[in-house]
Amino acid sequence: MYRYDEFDHQMVRARVDQFRDQVERRLSGELSEDAFKPLRLMNGVYLQLHAYMLRVAIPYGTLSSRQMRKLASIARDYDRGYGHFTTRQNIQYNWPALERMPDLLEELADVEMHAIQTSGNCIRNVTADHYAGAIADEIEDPRIISEIIRQWSTFHPEFSFLPRKFKIAVTGHANDRAAIRFHDIGIVVRKNAAGEVGYEVHVGGGLGRTPFIAKKIAEFVPAQKLLAYLEAIMRVYNRLGRRDNAYKARIKILVHEIGAEEMQARVETEFARIDGKGNYDLPVGELERIRAYFRDPDFLELPSDSETLSQALAQDPDFAAWFKNNVVAHKKSGYGIVNISLKPIGGIPGDASDRQMDTIADIAQAYSFDEIRVTHEQNLVLPHVKLDDLATVYAGLKEADLATANIGKISDQIACPGLDYCNLANARSIPIAQDISNRFAELQRQNDIGELRIKISGCINACGHHHVGHIGILGVDKKGTEFYQITLGGAPDENAAIGDITGPAFTADKIVDAVENIVDTYLELRHSDERFIDTYRRLGMPPFKERLYQDV
Amino acid sequence: MAQHSAKGAQFQVITANRLHDGEVVYLDASGAWVADLKDALIAEGAEALEQLIAQATAEPCATGVLDIYPFEVIKDAVGQPIPASVRETIRAAGPTVRADLGKQTELR
Repeated sequence: MYRYDEFDHQMVRARVDQFRDQVERRLSGELSEDAFKPLRLMNGVYLQLHAYMLRVAIPYGTLSSRQMRKLASIARDYDRGYGHFTTRQNIQYNWPALERMPDLLEELADVEMHAIQTSGNCIRNVTADHYAGAIADEIEDPRIISEIIRQWSTFHPEFSFLPRKFKIAVTGHANDRAAIRFHDIGIVVRKNAAGEVGYEVHVGGGLGRTPFIAKKIAEFVPAQKLLAYLEAIMRVYNRLGRRDNAYKARIKILVHEIGAEEMQARVETEFARIDGKGNYDLPVGELERIRAYFRDPDFLELPSDSETLSQALAQDPDFAAWFKNNVVAHKKSGYGIVNISLKPIGGIPGDASDRQMDTIADIAQAYSFDEIRVTHEQNLVLPHVKLDDLATVYAGLKEADLATANIGKISDQIACPGLDYCNLANARSIPIAQDISNRFAELQRQNDIGELRIKISGCINACGHHHVGHIGILGVDKKGTEFYQITLGGAPDENAAIGDITGPAFTADKIVDAVENIVDTYLELRHSDERFIDTYRRLGMPPFKERLYQDV
Repeated sequence: MAQHSAKGAQFQVITANRLHDGEVVYLDASGAWVADLKDALIAEGAEALEQLIAQATAEPCATGVLDIYPFEVIKDAVGQPIPASVRETIRAAGPTVRADLGKQTELR
């Protein structure tokens, strides 16, 4: 894992001190809210419905046990005993007081964490594949370049006042688990014929009010040139992105309006100018220095099958069910990748209590080389667990109510905080997720349905990624009543797609029936072993729509 | 100022969040910010609301709170305000998915 150097420490501490002074001046009345608001947002402090909310950055979703324990103690000491893991691999606290925020941030700084780049019109916290460094067939660990991008983008003076926020995601694997095609910039690590690492660059993707799939504008940017290339994209955007209309200010609108070819041409021109000076090249030594932080932990040489595991699987059907759904093959023989579901049946997607966080920290320290990942699907991952240890890890997770065996299944939903917490929401998301989870609680039924990704947003800003749900649900407000619009066929991965709207929206008491109707249609029409998304791609909207609205 | 009332709303209450901890508060008849919606002053009609907004957003009232705005309420049988929207119902009580958190734990 990356460790702060003296500059990182200095920057983060200095920011805490600065914010402490700003908070004091706000509380004394010296600063108005108008003056203070942009300052608090630069430090991750939002105002939500019931209280302030603090969004803490977890760069590329990687945490140590020590950091997770700190997140737990902050939940306990500054909040109400829990935190909420988000679709940007961050954690949010829902109840911290403004007056205690500087102390909270200082505690975060103790474990090399902060809330910088979690708000405002800057380059936000970089996200990456949550299986980075653990999954087989990875071209390169995406966290290496993610960390370099983090260092380049943090407090970048030229890009501190962009037209709008800016999000970058990286995958080092052909299977895109980071939804890179729905980011302002999406990066895929590639290797050329000579075996050199470089980067494929996509630009102009996004969700929200106007969803777009990013356009590929570079096949292979050599590693040393990537920052110059990103700098070129940012300059084009900073110059041409609209500042007159917040709804049209994201780079996706610019790319859509001038077209991918024109965007590419402008970026190339700017890149040539920057590159001609040569001083934007990433020093090879620096690349190697960062790479060293992400080298493999000291894996043991183990056989590919574990007798301990086989016995446990044979003895405990619950463990076997969990193993089947939640454990993924590791690149290293004798190890597995463990997904910890934060979607208990009927629970709140992404929430974890302080005690659960402590439990996960302990387990990660003992059994996963001290490493934890946050997924954009609001789950957690123990990236490197010995197959021999899986049964023990499972038992520990189960005791903390963390062993729900539903990864990738219908109850493993993304849901934004919605109107239960969020100042921007039009409708509640969490209760809908809970109702769907309860309706499909039975694991046998979930397994029979197979992979099905439901994603729920409480407003058009789409924090719940509804556009890319196999089944997407968008909450809308119609004259004070919550309604829910359904989309079908969305996908966040390498086969990126934006879902199609089925038709008129449903009330809260009808939406779960509507989802069940869609699932039943799928079960009836699928070919054997065909996933929901594949059936939808084969048949399209008509059969689903017909049955969904037949009684209306 | 945020818009959380229907056009032509008859009864409205002024709300804000407390500066130091973000707690939801309402303006009462004495010009103080109180935590319980039951204690809020109800403005009837546009003119009364305008006066109340002027009071709420001026010193000393505006000190110690942020995000001041009016929202629509209806009066219950005893004349106490009930929020007209889901949003303000949730703000007045707490998250509907966590009955153990927010005002709902103290005010009932």
